[in-house]
Formats: sequence, C-alpha cells, structure tokens
Amino acid sequence: MTLLITTYAAVIATVIWYRRKDDSMKLGILCFMYWGAALMWLVDALFEYFELGAEYFTPSAQDMLNDSFLGLAVVALGLIVWVVRLLITDPKGSVRRALKNQEQ
Amino acid sequence: MACFLAPVTEAVIVTAVEKKMEGKADVNAVSESEGGIVKIPLSRKLKWLNRMLWGGAFLLAFEHVWHGEVTAWFPFLTAMSNAEDTAEMLKEIGTNGVCMAALITAVWAGICRVADSIINRKTDEETEGANA
Repeated sequence: MTLLITTYAAVIATVIWYRRKDDSMKLGILCFMYWGAALMWLVDALFEYFELGAEYFTPSAQDMLNDSFLGLAVVALGLIVWVVRLLITDPKGSVRRALKNQEQ
Repeated sequence: MACFLAPVTEAVIVTAVEKKMEGKADVNAVSESEGGIVKIPLSRKLKWLNRMLWGGAFLLAFEHVWHGEVTAWFPFLTAMSNAEDTAEMLKEIGTNGVCMAALITAVWAGICRVADSIINRKTDEETEGANA
C-alpha cells in the first residue's frame, strides 16, 4: 500500500508539474522526491515478493491498514518538505511581501 | 533495517561531485555544440539524481522510524544492538540498498537520455521551416 500510495502521489505531482505555467512553485522537487521513494519501495516490494511468493499479494487487513497510514504519512511528509522549502526560497516573493506589509 | 543508507552514501558522493561541477559552469545553461546538438549540462542532470536519492532516502528513513528501526539515541539503529541483527542489517544494505541505488541511477540515466532527445526534438514550426 505504501508503494501504491507513493506511486499515485508521484504520478499526480508529475501531471501537475507538466501542466504548470511557470516554475515558481518548484514542483520538480516534489516529483523527484516521490519518484525516488516509489522506486526504492519497488525494490523492497520485489525482494519481499521473491521471499514470500504469491502470499505477498494477500496481506492481512491490519498490515494493509498500517501500510496505508504509512503511505499517507509519507505523502504528507513529502508535501511538508516541499512547502517549507517553497516558503524559505520564496521564489514569488510572497513571504517577503507579507513580512514587509506587516512592518508598515 | 537500514537499506536507505546505500542511497544516502551515493547521494553524498553525487552531492560532492555536483558542488564541484557547479562552480565550473552555469547549472541551468544549455550549450549548443558545433553540430547544432543542444546539451544539458551534467551538473544540472546530477541535480535530478540528487533530488531522487535524497528525497527517496529521506522518505524511506521515515518508514524505518515508523517501524521503530531508527531511534534518536545511540547507536541510532536498533539492529546494531546485537551481532546477529547487525549482520542481517549489513546484508540488507548490501542487497536491497545497493539495488535501490542502482535502480535510481539507471532510471536517472534513462531520464537524461530522454531529456537530451526531447531538447533536440524539432517542433512542427521548425520542421515546416526546413521543408519550405
């Protein structure tokens, strides 16, 4: 489930990146981060498949639930990293403008 | 157990190489060779690999924290507590971890190849102009 959720996140992030009008949202980082994680979990999944065989595709409900929670947490963490980086680099100058307005 | 350490090691090396190359050339500049072939600088391509390695390893490390395999106190990895677990962890780094790093690098090489061909692809207008 973690692999599936991360892969969906990577695909969605890539589609949004492709449709972007400019690079100010720095979506490339999000894409690379999710694709990197998805590829790493793919290797993990393959090793597990070679070890367990067909049993790999019939996980227990508890395992699936735990993996789903983990997948969603991973997606959230990726989004947090991206948004924090966006605010710090501030490519559109929005944070700077907001801070300047507060000064006045 | 700690398979993310192999991609992290590669990421450290790639970061060092990227930083060294960054000083030499403009990262975002695309250069055109004599044959009219446009080339994306290697430092820019390395940036893509770096982002995949660091990003993926960071999220994978979070998974290990989730499963209680990474702790905030020394020796940071629960598998380091006894020799048997340590041996298993090293085996996992050598198999899963190395495969992860190799797959990411292979995918990155594919991305670079495709990116080079896309940047040199002629648009419809350019093709029409050449035919006219």
